[in-house]
Amino acid sequence: MSGSPSADREPGTRGLLSRIWSVLALPVTVTVLAVLLGAAIILVSELLVPGKTFDWFLPLTAYGALVEGAVGGPDAIVSTLVNTTPLVFGGLAVGFGFKAGLFNIGAQGQFLVGALGAVIVGVWLADAPAVVAIPASALAGFIAGGLWGFVPGFLKAVSGAHEVVSTIMMNYIAVQLLAALVSGPLKVPRSPSPITYDVGNAAFPILLGRNGHLGILLAFLAALFVWWLLFRTTWGFEVRAVGANPDASRYAGMRPRLITIATMTFSGALAGLAGTSVLLGVTHSMTSSFGTTVGFDSIAVALLARSHPLVTIPAALLFGAMRAGAGLMQIRAQIPVELVDVLQAVIPLFLVASPVLRRVLGAAAPAGIGGVPASRGLATKVAA
Amino acid sequence: MDVTSLFDALYGIPIVGILFQAVGFLVQVIPSNSPNIMNQATPLALAALCGVLCERSGVVNIGIEGTMLAAAFTAWVVGVAVNPMFGSPAPGEVFGLTIPLVICLVMAVLVAVLISWLHAWISISLRADQIISGTIINIAAFGVTGYLDQLISKTSPAGAGSFAAFRPPTFLTDLPVVGWLIDMFLHQGPIAMSSIVIIIGAQVWLFRSRWGLRTRAVGEHPRAAETVGIDVIRLRYRNVMLGGVFAGLGGAWLSIEATNSFQTGMTTGRGFIALAAMIMGRWTPIGAFGSALLFALFLQISQLIKIAPPTGDLGTIMGSVPAQLWDALPYILTIVILAGVVGRSIPPAADGQPYEREAAA
Repeated sequence: MSGSPSADREPGTRGLLSRIWSVLALPVTVTVLAVLLGAAIILVSELLVPGKTFDWFLPLTAYGALVEGAVGGPDAIVSTLVNTTPLVFGGLAVGFGFKAGLFNIGAQGQFLVGALGAVIVGVWLADAPAVVAIPASALAGFIAGGLWGFVPGFLKAVSGAHEVVSTIMMNYIAVQLLAALVSGPLKVPRSPSPITYDVGNAAFPILLGRNGHLGILLAFLAALFVWWLLFRTTWGFEVRAVGANPDASRYAGMRPRLITIATMTFSGALAGLAGTSVLLGVTHSMTSSFGTTVGFDSIAVALLARSHPLVTIPAALLFGAMRAGAGLMQIRAQIPVELVDVLQAVIPLFLVASPVLRRVLGAAAPAGIGGVPASRGLATKVAA
Repeated sequence: MDVTSLFDALYGIPIVGILFQAVGFLVQVIPSNSPNIMNQATPLALAALCGVLCERSGVVNIGIEGTMLAAAFTAWVVGVAVNPMFGSPAPGEVFGLTIPLVICLVMAVLVAVLISWLHAWISISLRADQIISGTIINIAAFGVTGYLDQLISKTSPAGAGSFAAFRPPTFLTDLPVVGWLIDMFLHQGPIAMSSIVIIIGAQVWLFRSRWGLRTRAVGEHPRAAETVGIDVIRLRYRNVMLGGVFAGLGGAWLSIEATNSFQTGMTTGRGFIALAAMIMGRWTPIGAFGSALLFALFLQISQLIKIAPPTGDLGTIMGSVPAQLWDALPYILTIVILAGVVGRSIPPAADGQPYEREAAA
């Protein structure tokens, strides 16, 4: 996904290669920089753990294991795809919000509530035929996530409560709600630790290798669907118009408040599908500690993909591969899997510093593309 | 009729009685838990003060949460490294302040200022979206501290130590009526106690000094401020970094005053709740402190209900709600306040807008 920048950078050539490079320059440079910084962090962290001989090649060992765990063999590739799936949904969710100038940091909460919706209906329909059980549970996750996104969207539209703070609060509420339900009404009686029943027939069928479930296919279809929605429908046009300039879109007869509510709801629903795909595709039941870092990874995915639905797929693949390979890295090089969190934070950090990078890269990256997607108008409406 | 039978009569009224029971519960709970409430309010008040300083000069800082987390981690990790050098008991103790702990505190504040500088650089100089900058700081702080915590935990480090709380003399705390208030403000560790002074100082500073006037001018109308010769960019940098000092203190409170350990993500949304407190306090330090106390009260109540629920119908109602939902109470309250239920507050006019100097003619 992030091939070496082999394209010709001569200013005079306006061929296909230089056009590809102008699109890829920033993400590729940023990823390479993040990988280099990660290597530096590995070297520094060797100094922190006493009693080990200093190994200059540890970053190579670690990255080698990371790559092997991500793409070395069919099982690894399927594992990458499985890790990518929720990131595609999450990246689409956050990116869709960006397009309307909304910052949905609540993907984490919507992820959890979506999974909760899917497990409630999934357990209920565990013995129903799969043709009924799977769509019904997935729809429940979609709606539950949408509901969780609707609340901050509604509050933003009605009272101007800024979605950044309210979605984060919704994240914490989701964690508590999940814990309350899983250790309460959804708990399997007499089980030693809180866990729900298995979703049975509602589980996604395995299509690929050992654990490549239906959700992978759905994620790719969702990316296409969101692309179609944004760029081929009136609603998508209105979403982008409101994101670009709410005032102008109001004069043009659109209703920014309604668009805000609808966008947050749909964004939440997409994040809900991320949770659904993990629950129905991977875990099949829920413990009270259910939850991953998908919500925050999604922000990094959306930033890297600059909110473009189709570019979301390679961006999610990059992070999905890192997640898939992290386990082997920890075994081989004794580097905690949390290194991936660091890399994922560093990539958007470099992206934000892109004006500086652009200066370093020369004219390679055109000014219009390098920026970070959210509209500037967003920050002016903070709070109140 | 004596007092208890009056209470019994009031508590027994159907439906309305629950209100009396709630008031009775609060009257009983607040004085006896006043030091805890003040203690819980400390990081919120300090973080809210950071928010006030940033936003009054026109910079939105969503990254307070991450700044606090990084400061908390720094304080703890420096403590782990420095403590063994000084041996036990640590020398130079004055009011619970020891030399290693002061070093921890200074390092935590330095890291917080550094992160605030990063936010200032991205949002003021690069003029990137301030919300994105703050979010990245939050994600990065979570990732880096989590990673380093994993690494250091492998070596099973000794504790970092923590500030001891000052114990006010009992003849003061036993005073009728005001005793619990004295206990509330004096039965505290050094960070919590100094935060009261800091907040009062900031209030005076913001509204009675030249710096404060300039800060507010830059937050309301930077162009006008620039025309009278105020350096908008420099003032914003300075305020954001000064705010970092307070976020750093709030973070250090978590790991070397409230506890003596670090857990991944231990800020648990305090940086965001502080933003709500700031809004509710109408962007004033004292107001933000008052709101922080209210949030702390709710935090405290959500703990108490699990340990010692109130008696009567109120207790039955409260007990029937799952314990986890009480933990969600401060977050729900934050949303309610943000939604403007407590009245609308108006942010500084230039809040969140990057400032660009006009080109010289």
